[in-house]
Amino acid sequence: MTETADTYTPRTRFAVPGRIAVSEQAATLWQTATITEIRRETPHAATFRLAVPDWTGHLPGQHLMLRLTAGDGYVAQRHYSIASAPDDSGHIELTLDHVDGGEVSGWFHTVAEPGDTVEVRGPLSGFFAWPGDRPALLLGAGSGVVPLMSMVRHHRARGLDVPLRLLVSARSPEEFVYAREYGAETTPVFTRSAPEGVVVGRMAAAHVAPLLAEQPPGGWEAYVCGSNGFAEHASRLLVAAGQPVDRIRIERFG
Amino acid sequence: MNVTRGFTGRPRVHNEALPPGQYDAGDDWPVLSAEVTPDLTPAEWSFRVDGLVEEPRSWSWDEAHALPESVYEGDIHCVTSWSKFGVRFGGVSLDAFLGVVRPHVSATHVVAYSHTGYTTNLPLADVTGGRAWIAWEYDGRPLTPEHGGPARLLVPHLYFWKSAKWIAGLRVLDREEPGFWEQNGYHARGNPWEEQRYSGD
Repeated sequence: MTETADTYTPRTRFAVPGRIAVSEQAATLWQTATITEIRRETPHAATFRLAVPDWTGHLPGQHLMLRLTAGDGYVAQRHYSIASAPDDSGHIELTLDHVDGGEVSGWFHTVAEPGDTVEVRGPLSGFFAWPGDRPALLLGAGSGVVPLMSMVRHHRARGLDVPLRLLVSARSPEEFVYAREYGAETTPVFTRSAPEGVVVGRMAAAHVAPLLAEQPPGGWEAYVCGSNGFAEHASRLLVAAGQPVDRIRIERFG
Repeated sequence: MNVTRGFTGRPRVHNEALPPGQYDAGDDWPVLSAEVTPDLTPAEWSFRVDGLVEEPRSWSWDEAHALPESVYEGDIHCVTSWSKFGVRFGGVSLDAFLGVVRPHVSATHVVAYSHTGYTTNLPLADVTGGRAWIAWEYDGRPLTPEHGGPARLLVPHLYFWKSAKWIAGLRVLDREEPGFWEQNGYHARGNPWEEQRYSGD
């Protein structure tokens, strides 16, 4: 018997579709990327600008795979979110934390210089992409703000009218990546130390509620990025505040 | 080979159990689900197998636990390039469930789906013959919600996105039907030994 009428429907609806089709060719092909600029963001994070002449373009929120090769053929590869907005400059930017004992981030922070080459493939995954169409509610912590900053930059560069809000958590003003770039769309949250007059504390319902109170037409598409601990916390805040689970996209670092 | 100037990498460990491009995550077990972790109790959990089978049916938590217990001890591999060695999952072999529903001879693939709506596709041959489980214990303890508890699919010889968390069922098909990540550019099969990470690999 072939059963079709009686198939099970899960009680929750996630099944969030990808936002875009992904190019199979771009995802498969390794390309040489040349470091053209290194900018310090915080004591532990720096931005690396890469020239990728044959870059096919990306959407804000997408990531790539990057690999380094040692002289004996040993290869280390990692996924990194793209920080820059899509443009036709033939360049992309990555912002990397210097991870304790990290073989790839350690190379970037202690060895890399302009002129060095690495290899990248991508952009990858359409799931966390934001084409700039739907109202975007962005929650990030630490370097989890990187793909969200690509969205903020895209929003500004294109002068988009669609609402966009960013709630970003950092340990301290010193660890606050892209501090000079934020505007009226951003609410910062400081968890260990804060500028004078700003409360220290974890991201809370009180931060999320006002954003969900101002529902734009069609509702928010929520994007959450950070450590798993942050992602669990922030996604629960969103659900508790009434954001539908099928409108929450999560990217966890690991 | 494009050697990266000044890159040496971590000390080499000769480990034949490490697939190409992977590193040993040690005690870490990263969580990478793309959706909100559901609040799902064992009493609410159920597992169903339907589609091209003789007798579609559902199992409650207690009914599934009445099937013969089976343990997987070995390694797991995530497409983001970590591998984890010497893990121990407890549950029931998928063969026990499929033996009850009896797939048609025309069946070639399955789509596994979660209580969240997440989906992933697998060849039937990859989930039969003692290579796949419904797992509810990790290291002798109940599987935690972040790792797919109360129960997840476990297909350890493929990249771990195939091992759907919060497993709700399998739909048995006579064709391949791409799941969530497979529609987002990931490989249809995901064999770590052939480094099938992305579509086209």
